[in-house]
Amino acid sequence: MSADFPTALILVLGALAVPLLHGRARAAYMLALPALAFAHLLAVPVGEYARVGFLDHTLVLMRVDRLSLAFGYIFTIAALLNVVYSLHVEDTVQQVSSLAYAGSALGAVFAGDLITLFIYWELTAVTSVVLVWARRTERARRAALRYLLVQLASGMLLLAGAVVYYRATGSIRFGMLGLGVPGGWLILLAFGIKCAFPLLHNWLQDAYPEATVTGTVWLSAFTTKLAVYALARGFPGTEMLIWIGALMTAFPIFYAVIENDLRRVLAYSLNNQLGFMVVGIGVGTELALNGTVAHAFSHILYKALLFMSMGAVLFRTGTVNGSQLGGLYKSMPWTAGFCIVGAASISAFPLFSGFVSKALILSAVAEEGHVVTWLVLLFASAGVFHHSGIKIPFFAFFAHDSGIRCAEAPRNMLVAMGLTAALCIGIGVYPGPLYGLLPHPVSFEPYTAAHVVTQLQLLLFSALAFAVLMRTGIYPPELRAINLDSDWLYRRLGTAIAGAAAEGINAMRLAVAEAVLRAGTPVARAVRDLHGNRGLLGRTWSTRDMALWMVALLAAYLLVYYVV
Amino acid sequence: MSESKTYWLDRKQNVTKVYRAVWVACALLLVVDPLIHKHEAFGFAEWFGFYGFFGFVACVGLVLTAKALRRFLKRAEDYYER
Repeated sequence: MSADFPTALILVLGALAVPLLHGRARAAYMLALPALAFAHLLAVPVGEYARVGFLDHTLVLMRVDRLSLAFGYIFTIAALLNVVYSLHVEDTVQQVSSLAYAGSALGAVFAGDLITLFIYWELTAVTSVVLVWARRTERARRAALRYLLVQLASGMLLLAGAVVYYRATGSIRFGMLGLGVPGGWLILLAFGIKCAFPLLHNWLQDAYPEATVTGTVWLSAFTTKLAVYALARGFPGTEMLIWIGALMTAFPIFYAVIENDLRRVLAYSLNNQLGFMVVGIGVGTELALNGTVAHAFSHILYKALLFMSMGAVLFRTGTVNGSQLGGLYKSMPWTAGFCIVGAASISAFPLFSGFVSKALILSAVAEEGHVVTWLVLLFASAGVFHHSGIKIPFFAFFAHDSGIRCAEAPRNMLVAMGLTAALCIGIGVYPGPLYGLLPHPVSFEPYTAAHVVTQLQLLLFSALAFAVLMRTGIYPPELRAINLDSDWLYRRLGTAIAGAAAEGINAMRLAVAEAVLRAGTPVARAVRDLHGNRGLLGRTWSTRDMALWMVALLAAYLLVYYVV
Repeated sequence: MSESKTYWLDRKQNVTKVYRAVWVACALLLVVDPLIHKHEAFGFAEWFGFYGFFGFVACVGLVLTAKALRRFLKRAEDYYER
């Protein structure tokens, strides 16, 4: 296959043929698609291919460089692992949409112009929403609708920004933009929504935990990391992103501590991890951008692994509420083990993937002298260990024994988790190949005595804090409750305002009608008295009377004329 | 696997052992702290046990703040369905 064939179409078009196959053939075909896409990426040389004329423009469907390739590799790897994890699913709708979704994300990554980007941007929205909707509960249906509205709004902003940009520059090329270019703010806002910037974030925590067991794993890999890629492409070195990212690392972890739904805890920590990447983009140095790409790469794997393990728990027990779980390591020892690998990776334990990728970002931040940001990131690093590293495995698999006894996860899930866990450890132990994929040359040694010891100090003292708070009973228990977040603004305040407005308008309408009626009644009565059947002016008059009145009128006229 | 099987962690004294092991590990990390050569961008990060103390304080602060936030944020599970 030549480089002029867009890799994305292998998955997008390939997905359409899934319903034609059945049983093992379908499974083999679904495994082959991402594998083929990955092989295609290995073969394509750097450059711009698949140019297509569109109106007066040339669309570039395959812009291949080190940045797009790194994201392309991890997207296809994630798609392959997700297919393995989803092999037990017998829902054609989910199978088609998940592959098309991964393909659209891939298409957006390789888009060389804003129109292609927009098309794939929207395609990721409409294909991914199916994975939420496919849970087929009323709750999921509503969450899916909210999710879709937010995603489409992001697409509309992107389109508006692209139009403004094109009108001013005459170009539709998607390269370095920055806030200085016309339409730059609109495009940043579009990316920011998909990247779950603070206050634009809640679609993520709202929709992801409502998706199907496998759907959430798919969702966790692509949408937000596509946004990270787009930001890294269009807005590197945009200083505002440093504090936006820092805020993103910090505030979701407070929610993660008190959230009961463990998949929602993971959604909050996903938001927190995106913050690290956004900070890297904001700093914008070679080291920082390398850090962002490396962290996105390892993040997709360990986050998928964590969502896989919680998905397996949901699949077997029917719940992922921390308040109802506990002691599951007895029934699901393998799942527990894989979950701990994911937890160690996201916490950046030495020998796990997060350790070698997050360090690049923290070093870049320190090198540029952003002391406050650095401290916030350090706080968030301790916090992420606290809620993702400890809370997730602890409340699901340990804590008090909930008495739940179930089967271990299905074999395909275990294989997917095993492969993902192996990659997490592989990257952590041997970071060379990952560093080799990064956009800029890397001269960074993660395994220095100082780095290992200081990182272990940070993590183990955080663990100590957790242990002490648990033993003393200060740690807040998992409660069957939800916590208000910014979605309250449109799910409660917005509907309340709309409801109040409707009520107000109705009241006004009634008041006006009543006033008109009240003021109009005497008038109407007078009119009726005068013009009604028996009214003075409405009666039938005899010709004689009329003649008499005419004479009187003429006489009066004569008199007036005479006097004046 | 029989229902009545007792696991190592089911015994209270073993949980205490794990708890003590965390303390010991933390103590060991403080012992080796002066032996390593640090080259931090910020001077304060080279203070004795900075990362450890920072991590402990950060986590306690995080949990206590989050616990306090519950007072304002907590709602019934069916809050949005009502």
